[in-house]
Amino acid sequence: MITYADACRVINNSRDEAVVVTTMTQTKYWYQISKHPDLDIGIANAMSKASSVAFGIALGKPDRSVICLDADGSLLMNFGSLATIAGMAPKNLYHFVFNNGIYSVTGGQPLPTPGVDYAKAAEACGYASAYRFEDVESLDSLLPKILAGPGPVLIEIMVQGEPQAEGVDQTWESNAKMPLQLRALRKRLTGSDDWGPGGPYL
Amino acid sequence: MINGILHPKNVIAQLVQHGVSHYVTLPDSETAHMYQALMDEPSITVVPVAREGEAIPVAAGLFIAGQNPVISIQNAGLYEAGDALRGLALGIGLPLVMFIGYRGHNRKGDTPDSAATFLEPYLHMWRVDYFVVESDEDLDRVPLAFDLAAKTNQPVAVAIGTEYAKSVEPSEVAQGGSR
Repeated sequence: MITYADACRVINNSRDEAVVVTTMTQTKYWYQISKHPDLDIGIANAMSKASSVAFGIALGKPDRSVICLDADGSLLMNFGSLATIAGMAPKNLYHFVFNNGIYSVTGGQPLPTPGVDYAKAAEACGYASAYRFEDVESLDSLLPKILAGPGPVLIEIMVQGEPQAEGVDQTWESNAKMPLQLRALRKRLTGSDDWGPGGPYL
Repeated sequence: MINGILHPKNVIAQLVQHGVSHYVTLPDSETAHMYQALMDEPSITVVPVAREGEAIPVAAGLFIAGQNPVISIQNAGLYEAGDALRGLALGIGLPLVMFIGYRGHNRKGDTPDSAATFLEPYLHMWRVDYFVVESDEDLDRVPLAFDLAAKTNQPVAVAIGTEYAKSVEPSEVAQGGSR
């Protein structure tokens, strides 16, 4: 079993200048160590859609690697995205799934079934390759090679669950963070600062 | 169903004129012929999704990457996509034109299809502005949708109120038109 902190550390070591789309518990750990916060997006207030946003960025920017730090509960809510991603097969997309078998942020309730093998599911859908890691040493050893190869790849990481004791606070500030990040990332990727304010938070 | 004729090529011409790069879609009965016609348009990439709720997040990602996507899903699929509409279109201020198949629309008001009954109230509920297109004669509303989305940084719907006409092949014209 791997800890969130170790998994994020190993991924961060190999990210280079990839865009990283995170969600749920991974976001907290990723923000503590990320080398390139200006290339990060934490998907909040849109549960389960990290894989789809990452897929869109990967399609739209094929010359840059895109890493998605997805969660098992989130992916179950957007399971069809595996087939969607496999269909267009972006070679620059690396889809990590943190598998802990529970809904961490709501207190640790079990998923409908804990036994889903996401690597096998991705492979069956047509991902270029898929891996499942249960120890950090193997992940650390193989990840550079995986990220140097063609996507779409699904990398399933068996992590120790960390049930959150308290719920998520939804504030104006927290909800404004994602729209601001998205604008900053678009500016970074396109060089154009042309996306003005809109919506309830900006 | 409305009697007006809506040709895919005319809508595609609008998409090309507005620089659309990607057409993110889950096909439906209203837009089947549009899907076929888009396969012949090299400047637009069709991105099929497995469920309508993916369409808006995929479009958001494309926009962040500097592309200019639209989505095309059915009204019933838009209902499924409600949380994505809330979080990743309205919530982030995404300028996105959404082509919505208006299944069941007959302009009589009385329709047995609840997918049609709920569409306009649903759009009003989300405060999404929209235009209804029932034939080629309504296509001047499409630029209005693009302009409004860009001006407001909000999603704008174009409700397709009729089935797209089948593209007419030259050989079919010679034989007396489409079937």
